[in-house]
Amino acid sequence: MNEREILEFIAVLLILLGSILSVISAYGIVRFPDVYTRSHAATKSSTLSVLLTLSGAFFYFWISESFFSVRILLGILFVFITAPVAGHLIIRAAYRSKVKLSEITIEDELHEVLHEEDKEFIHKDVLEKEDREKILRNEDKQK
Amino acid sequence: MIEIMLMTSIALFGVAIAIALFRIVFGPSLPDRVIALDMIGVNLVSGIAIISVMLRTKAFLEVILILAVLTFISTIAFSKYIERGVIIERKRDS
Repeated sequence: MNEREILEFIAVLLILLGSILSVISAYGIVRFPDVYTRSHAATKSSTLSVLLTLSGAFFYFWISESFFSVRILLGILFVFITAPVAGHLIIRAAYRSKVKLSEITIEDELHEVLHEEDKEFIHKDVLEKEDREKILRNEDKQK
Repeated sequence: MIEIMLMTSIALFGVAIAIALFRIVFGPSLPDRVIALDMIGVNLVSGIAIISVMLRTKAFLEVILILAVLTFISTIAFSKYIERGVIIERKRDS
């Protein structure tokens, strides 16, 4: 292998790493319990995988055909800027349209600010502070 | 060696798109489906990049930019629809 083939191999290795990360984030989008945790898997690691893949393609074209592609660089910059913005906006819309939190959620501090008048939206496991203290007191009595 | 690695990575992207399609079909709420749709768009961008490396052509590089823009715009439109019920707001005549 000469020097050029080694550099091409490294570029293709970046692409393979990006695809493995994409499968990991897809596994996360199936396994996580609610929208708010799924968005972590779907936006962060997916953005990293597409950045790795596009930079691998950029280096491949640069090395093998000595073609400096400005379009791939623009694509990398655009995805890097817009993917977190899109994830933030869709999760903001989900919370404001009252999508249920998962059952293992311990605390929801934004609820007091946004949905104070709407008592039905309180999930059964997100207890108020007084209720939690009552339960603790009862447990102490039982002991 | 390089050919095998490229084929493997495009197959892995296909697996990721199939899993996200599962979330689109069975997702309990609308934001779930929109998140999975956004992820499919992002994975399609990288799949196109891999195809243009495999075929050694520069003709597909414009498609990357256009697909990235379309994915972003569609996610923004869906989030506005979920939050307010309308996509294009008109001014009320006062």
